[in-house]
Amino acid sequence: MEFVAYGAFFLTLAMSYAIISLGLNVQWGQTGLFNVGVAGFVGVGAYVAGIVTTPAVDGRLGGFDLPIAAGWIAAALVGGFVSFLVGALTLRLRSDYLAITTFGIALSLQLGFQNLESLTGGVFGMGFIPRAFGGLQDDAVLFNLANLGLAAALVLSLYLLLEHLARSPWGRVLRAVREDEMAAQSLGKSPVILRLQAFALGGGIMGLAGGVQAQFIGFIAPANYLPMMTFQVWAMLIVGGSGNNRGAILGAVLVWAIWAVSGGLISEVFPPEHQARAASLQIVIIGVMLCLVLLWRPQGILPERRR
Amino acid sequence: MNPQVLIDGVIAGSIIGLGAIGLTLTYAILRFANFTHGDFLAGGAYLTLTVSGFLGGFLASLGVGTPLGPFSFGWGLPVSLMAGIGLTIVLTLALDRVLFGSLRRRGADAIIIVMASFGASMALRSLIEFIYTANPVYLTRELQIAQQIGLGMRATPDQLLTIAMTAVLVLALHLVVTRTATGRAMRAVSENPSLAGVYGIDVAMVIRMTWIIGAGLACVAGVMSGLLVQIRPYMGFDLLLPLFAAAILGGIGSIPGAMLGGLIIGLAEAMTVQLIGAEWRAAVAFVLLVAVLIVRPTGLFGQRG
Repeated sequence: MEFVAYGAFFLTLAMSYAIISLGLNVQWGQTGLFNVGVAGFVGVGAYVAGIVTTPAVDGRLGGFDLPIAAGWIAAALVGGFVSFLVGALTLRLRSDYLAITTFGIALSLQLGFQNLESLTGGVFGMGFIPRAFGGLQDDAVLFNLANLGLAAALVLSLYLLLEHLARSPWGRVLRAVREDEMAAQSLGKSPVILRLQAFALGGGIMGLAGGVQAQFIGFIAPANYLPMMTFQVWAMLIVGGSGNNRGAILGAVLVWAIWAVSGGLISEVFPPEHQARAASLQIVIIGVMLCLVLLWRPQGILPERRR
Repeated sequence: MNPQVLIDGVIAGSIIGLGAIGLTLTYAILRFANFTHGDFLAGGAYLTLTVSGFLGGFLASLGVGTPLGPFSFGWGLPVSLMAGIGLTIVLTLALDRVLFGSLRRRGADAIIIVMASFGASMALRSLIEFIYTANPVYLTRELQIAQQIGLGMRATPDQLLTIAMTAVLVLALHLVVTRTATGRAMRAVSENPSLAGVYGIDVAMVIRMTWIIGAGLACVAGVMSGLLVQIRPYMGFDLLLPLFAAAILGGIGSIPGAMLGGLIIGLAEAMTVQLIGAEWRAAVAFVLLVAVLIVRPTGLFGQRG
């Protein structure tokens, strides 16, 4: 039974990463926008969801005690709005300036999570975030299975929605802009506006994922939203196959599994006093894997399908 | 405002400027934003530290650690720094061979190379953390006392040496790039690589030179930072945003621009620490970066948009 509970817990987290990976696929896979600040947008969603749904706490702003669904919606909206602002600033410039700017915004947002104590709780984080199916918390198996069901349903509906969008005229123009900007422009399509829409949509999905994670774990802290998370999500999308929504989901589950298994192996192999440093080997594994995939199979496991 | 801000800013700015020069050269000549560059600073510092540890072990009787004049380190450190520079160059050339070069030859999109550099950055930094642990280490255990240098400012001899060495290095590099055939070749490749190739310029040699200069300066900057503050696996990654901000502020490809950009970022950080608070220091580079992108995306001395 313990195994079932752990398996469901593991898969629920993998599903939350699948949502982030789907958001990144809208930005990178379909539009070719390189966002190195994924963790920042996820963090914004998590904090917004926390602020909206927690009960009021002395000495902290927010605490509106609203239902969980309101937290998710707010997380997606604010995540999308922040991405819109970042996109409006950088999408007219060279593509690698977007990478550097998003890297910077993620660091600055993380600094904000840490220092704006009256809003975020500072380095100690924000606790007592209402959890979905919180009433079942005493039964670990049931609680984790219910959450897994909810997260999987969310991933599925997001997948269907994004597939629909990719097949829609909007999705086709988006790919046209990515493949040949000049040709799309000569047909009267505005590349900057299309990119901005895709960037904001992707950021909104990342914000939603942040809200989902916050409301599954019940506790968030600035240390959850380090560049490491951005890097994991990139590995997920590239390994799974960028441009392919199924690839984004598959990559999330696969990389998350490699992460969990390598973490487990390291704690078996290394003595306790060396485990903190050995944990960095997990990152080395993912980093080398990302580079190898880029070198040998840049299209990932499930390549983009020609529609 | 306390005049001490000025000297603190110049010291931090020297380190940022040296790092930013390597970044701006790879950006202009190899045409990608190299996210691994910050980790070259950390790598250089750790490699130098390792050599210095060996020297201290084998040649302790020759007084490698006995402080030289007013400085906090013995002659072992300059020797180790030379070796560290060499090893950092080997590291970057190896990385270019297995990763960036392979992607380049395949004609991969610049943004794919940026992504690979992001992965390599994570892997390299974590490897450093695995080998050396996350605990900070020091190049010297000597304590230095800051002395009056006039105008109400104080600095240690090590800090003054850092500023002087930066000035000498930047001047020398500027002369190399503007006055020698190699420098002309580098500028030609940054203008137009295929045309430079047609005119018989050895593009592979220019790429090697770019890595050699970038890695050498990164190692010096890392060792300076290690000498004045401490050596940590994240020391370079934490400098990455200031390095990018300095390179873009100065104008991509401009060596004086990168140096000036570094000094501006260093001074702005020092002022922020004094006026607003140290906890927001890391956001200064981002704010300046955004300001440059809005007002003048080509930077102070940049030609290309």
